[in-house]
Amino acid sequence: MSHSMRRPMSVTTAKKSPGLGRRRTGSLVWHVGALAVLAVVLYPVVWVIGASFKPSKDVINSLQLFPGHPILANFKGLAKGIADISIWTFFQNSLFYALGSVAGILISCSLTAYAFARIRFAGRNLLFSLMIGTLLLPYHVLLIPQYVMFQKLQLVNTYVPLLIGKYLATEAFFVFLMVQFMRNLPKELDEAARLDGCGHLRIYWSIVLPLCRPALITSAIFTFINAWNDFMGPLIYLNEPGKYTVSLGLMMFRDSDGVAANYGGMIAMSLVALLPVLLFFLAFQRYLIDGMATSGLKG
Amino acid sequence: MGTAVTLVDDAPPDTRQTRSATPAAKKRRGRRENLAGYLFMSPWIAGFLLLTAGPMVASLYFAFTDYNLFDSPKWIGFDNFTRMFDDPRWQKSVEVTAKYVVIGTPLKLLLALGVAMLLAQSRRGQALYRAAFYAPSLIGASVSIGFVWRTLFSDGAVVDRTQSLFGSHVGGWVGDPDWILYSLVALTVWQFGAPMVIFLAGLKQVPRELYEAAAMDGAGPFRRFWNITLPMISPVLFFNVLLETIHSFQIFGSAYVVSNSQCGPADATLVYTCYLYQQGFKNAQMGFASAMAWMLLLAVALVTAVLFWSQKKWVHYEEDAQ
Repeated sequence: MSHSMRRPMSVTTAKKSPGLGRRRTGSLVWHVGALAVLAVVLYPVVWVIGASFKPSKDVINSLQLFPGHPILANFKGLAKGIADISIWTFFQNSLFYALGSVAGILISCSLTAYAFARIRFAGRNLLFSLMIGTLLLPYHVLLIPQYVMFQKLQLVNTYVPLLIGKYLATEAFFVFLMVQFMRNLPKELDEAARLDGCGHLRIYWSIVLPLCRPALITSAIFTFINAWNDFMGPLIYLNEPGKYTVSLGLMMFRDSDGVAANYGGMIAMSLVALLPVLLFFLAFQRYLIDGMATSGLKG
Repeated sequence: MGTAVTLVDDAPPDTRQTRSATPAAKKRRGRRENLAGYLFMSPWIAGFLLLTAGPMVASLYFAFTDYNLFDSPKWIGFDNFTRMFDDPRWQKSVEVTAKYVVIGTPLKLLLALGVAMLLAQSRRGQALYRAAFYAPSLIGASVSIGFVWRTLFSDGAVVDRTQSLFGSHVGGWVGDPDWILYSLVALTVWQFGAPMVIFLAGLKQVPRELYEAAAMDGAGPFRRFWNITLPMISPVLFFNVLLETIHSFQIFGSAYVVSNSQCGPADATLVYTCYLYQQGFKNAQMGFASAMAWMLLLAVALVTAVLFWSQKKWVHYEEDAQ
């Protein structure tokens, strides 16, 4: 780092400042490039905010990002609900699904990861490769037989099929993430605890889990967002509007109201549905930036 | 590791004092470790048997049956597969999916790598850009963004008008069978942030001295990219190619939502899983849908195998890495 810093500096002191000038144009080009990408990337997000304040007839055809005369009618219309079901019902259902998923993932994946990372038991390498194998398995192979099973058990139109996998650690990605994290914790911690007479359960609960906080937070955030966005699971398993998640509520909104008639309402509802994820993202952004800073220190 | 294990000892206090574990104590401890391991693993094992292995076997069986969910499955041998290969809609779904994967994945990864290289020249605001570019990966799969996409690519909306400025009038991509798939490609490319973050982490691992040495030897930016950057980040590139390819084979939600639940018009967005969904859940053809699912599994396994085989030729792992 210091090396690359020094070279352009010595050039600038020697001659007037061709190096500095080049660095300035380089920096300008960099920022123009980055801003151009930023504009394209953020356009749809900014657009949906602006469009939710436009009258329905302007949503598609007006190229103004923000309306000259913003209206609140789209949001007021949402208060009426969709087909006699309050928007809040969909939110409660999604919240139940998302938080239920987070709890399941945190418990089951951390227990499994602890076994893989900290317990030397027979067959663990075989089980670990099986687990990694499920990472690459297309979910659709399991879709039909799982549906048949839950249908036979009369669990269709409940949240059991959507949640049970989360409590049985079938999300291999999070197990893998936690295993990687736990492997890097110093072994001496367990050893000291064991000499004090702690069993695995105590070590897991009092030592490993607290130290795994970053991995647990990352898993929790991703799980929440995935469940919130999940579309195929609720589409297949839920068939009573009162049980619908926000995703299905949105689809019902589109199909019931006629797209053209209430375009504004649909876009406003889309924005409201995105808000929890966007808020999570803004909170998560700090993690991204902090992670950035520490990796910068190491590099 | 070996010595550490002899120090670790859960045996009762009386035997622990001796420290040099007797074979009997070792065996007992081994058994206790096994028991503890399987107890901790028990949720995963139950999930694996009930929700993965069991269903896979059942799915393989259904693939050879005629099954409508209500009558018991009837064995029909390879009929589902022969019917599938003759089915023009199945052929169409393979074509649509292949097009989506082959066009979308490379574009997304190229953009991810390009922007990662731009961001890697650490300048002010980099962390902010990185976070902002990552955001679409979190919301891209939502129904909301599906609606937004459909609107932005409609007749008279922003994409259509911009395109018309360049003298090519389509009248909205989502209504046109020749164009709608490209709106889905645009949607996946828009989510380049996830692979970008991984590329960026890989680029940060490349030692700066390599570039400095190459620059002193007079290597230009292209040579430096080809001979240093690319080999050094090849493990990360491999990981991204594998994950993104497998992932894009399984596209469902965005195709379903952007096409107004029709996977059309004219089957133009009939991606593989959409046809599987229609056959399984709309037509109650559980046997046919299972056969389709197994073909998808075979295709994904084949692509994975080819990628793993090819990595010998182009993925460069550092010898001293663990």
